[in-house]
Amino acid sequence: MAIWCADLALDRWRHSEGCQRGEGPDAAPLALITETAHGPRIDAANPAARAAGAAKGMMLADARTLCPAIEVRPSDPAGDLAFLERLALWAMRWGPWSAMDAPDGVLVDVTAVAHLFGGERRLLADVAARCAARGLATRAAIAPTAGAAWALAHFTGRGGERGAILSPDEDMQARLADLPVAALRLDNDVLLVLKRLGLKRLGDLAGIEEGRDRTGHNDIRGRDAIQRRFRNRKSPAANPLVRMDQLLGRVPEPLLPVVPVTTPMVQRRLMEPIRHRQLLDTVVSDLAQDMARTLEAKGEGARRLQLGLWRVDGQVLVRELEMAAATRDPDHMVRLFAERLDDIDAGFGIEMLRLRAAWSQPLGLDQSDLEAAAEQHGTSLAACMDRLTTRLGRGAVQRPVPRASHIPERAQGWQPPLEPEPAEQHQLAFHTRPLKLLDRPERISVLYAAPEGYPRRFSWRGEVCEVARVEGPERIAPEWWREKGSTRLRDYYRVEDEQGRRYWIYRNGLATDGRGGMPDWYLQGLFA
Amino acid sequence: MDTSTLPKAAELATRAARNPRWQPDAALPLHSEIFAPATQGVGAGAAFAFARQALAGGGVSVLEERSVLWVQDARAIKLGGRPYRAGLPENLRHRLIHVAAKTPEDALFAMEEGLRCRDLAVVVGEVAGNPRALDFTASRRLTLTAEKHGVPLLLVRLEAEADLSSARMRWRLTSAPSAPPRWNVAAPGRPAWHAELFRARAHPPGEWILRDEPERLAAERAPEIAPETTAPDHGDLVRGPGARSLAAL
Repeated sequence: MAIWCADLALDRWRHSEGCQRGEGPDAAPLALITETAHGPRIDAANPAARAAGAAKGMMLADARTLCPAIEVRPSDPAGDLAFLERLALWAMRWGPWSAMDAPDGVLVDVTAVAHLFGGERRLLADVAARCAARGLATRAAIAPTAGAAWALAHFTGRGGERGAILSPDEDMQARLADLPVAALRLDNDVLLVLKRLGLKRLGDLAGIEEGRDRTGHNDIRGRDAIQRRFRNRKSPAANPLVRMDQLLGRVPEPLLPVVPVTTPMVQRRLMEPIRHRQLLDTVVSDLAQDMARTLEAKGEGARRLQLGLWRVDGQVLVRELEMAAATRDPDHMVRLFAERLDDIDAGFGIEMLRLRAAWSQPLGLDQSDLEAAAEQHGTSLAACMDRLTTRLGRGAVQRPVPRASHIPERAQGWQPPLEPEPAEQHQLAFHTRPLKLLDRPERISVLYAAPEGYPRRFSWRGEVCEVARVEGPERIAPEWWREKGSTRLRDYYRVEDEQGRRYWIYRNGLATDGRGGMPDWYLQGLFA
Repeated sequence: MDTSTLPKAAELATRAARNPRWQPDAALPLHSEIFAPATQGVGAGAAFAFARQALAGGGVSVLEERSVLWVQDARAIKLGGRPYRAGLPENLRHRLIHVAAKTPEDALFAMEEGLRCRDLAVVVGEVAGNPRALDFTASRRLTLTAEKHGVPLLLVRLEAEADLSSARMRWRLTSAPSAPPRWNVAAPGRPAWHAELFRARAHPPGEWILRDEPERLAAERAPEIAPETTAPDHGDLVRGPGARSLAAL
């Protein structure tokens, strides 16, 4: 299904002004303009302005001569595009996925969907009513291919609703033969070429392709001739043959959906929009139960869940959830979502909810009813990690893993708790390492150093330590393949003071290494 | 009277039950507190030593490799740093899960969730200071959760006053000079701590020097022995002028 917003820019302007079509500021001639190198050019003109002679693409100066009273406003193409993206999301209410068709259209996949709305005609009526309620002038059409739907939406003014539906068993070529070649979604220069060649309607082009001209005379080289004419035009928008094939479904036309397509999905349309949290929780728990059944049927468990809430005023709120291990336990989902729904603003109400498992993994059947089991035997590790991650954030729950590096702070990395450990060359354990490492090494002031080089007395955080025992130095050279040449080496010492406090300290550099003055001392780790 | 708190016959048969003084192989209560200075790694080190001793003695098979949760709040991280994998006990390295909570409330939440998890061997918490969130109610809540699910909690309190708490055993630890290692007498040896047990249900208070031997936790009497009190200490709920009074709660 293609939906074409004929007056998208003007509709947005009317919405911002808060006026109806043809009323208030819209009653006077008005145009939306952009500044170009040759002066302001009209992007869109309202009906009054069009009646006075202004048209899209005209220079403003020309329009002023025709209609001196014309008002101008700057147009907002970026805003239009952002609106179109939101519109494409919103249009997913009619089908499982939708694609933007810039600058002013939306394509929705309604394969095997129409019966849910009571047939294709009712579906189109629903689209028209919903869009009209949002103040959008739209024309929609349903056809077996995206190209045909687009052509019908843009170019069947007459014929009404009946003309906008092309069922698969109709002869597509015959139905579309009367449409102008502009219905092929071609670039302007290509349209000009076709016009000069005398090809004005799709029927003309199709006739040449099939090797017969209008008089019925056979010329089998027709398609070759067009192919030669456009031989170096590879992009579909510049090559009428490719577009024609796409229109008739002979070659596939990949479309980029606004939300990537995924499989397990459940939704609830609500009779009455809900505004209260309690009801929302009930519906979410229903959705979770449905989702659990869907996933169980597929033998999968969800890793990422996406809850979409369609509001009455056209906004779509999306809440995402990611889990440490695949699960399909509805109570667990509800519990995790409960924390994410606190900041939902229901506005005038939520009329539809949809739960999608954006990422799912195979999960065998196992014992159900984990929540009741949790009361008895405690939760599983994966469930525990999910709860922690949902409340504290993903960066807060981690597991230390070794990394290939000599520098102590770089020899340890962090990764999510349940991921398998990366393959690692065995670490050499010659030296004792501290139990805890400070986030940043803290500078200590050495009060008295032994001639061999290590400090006999130093102060850290205002406490003086008299070093009683020491082991070192353990020299760690800088990693030249990572760091700048001016980085200094480190001499690590394990020290214990008279009260038994055990620290890991290092001297940053040597006095004679020529990379700065006297080296500083730092404390980096605490031993147990 | 709750008969479940009374010692069972099998427990009375062991040496630890006949002698009320604490021994390293005594059973680890499910909620212990360790008060330690923030400038030393004593707290976490001792917590792991206690946990290892308890898990080895408690008949829990080591083959059952369960994870260990280490929860720290932001201030504890700032004061004492984060765990360093290469310095952890060998058998814990690959199964440590670290939680960096921003606030003490989050740390308490994480500890409670950890205690509810049957797949965790032990939960070690590190909270700095005396945050308002960690009052007697929170402490009691942790005790009940730990006892319900049987996962031991070792709560390390850095730079904290000993205020009201429902922990079954409360220790005050500082570092002690280590025994010289065999091959280099000038080097620091295996960790040693000066431990003061100042409140416990089952044991009279006392002081020890704990030594973290490779396979076990060794305890010897502290040089200056505290006056013997044979009766278990049930009082001492409010300590000194520094502790928070009940009215302040």
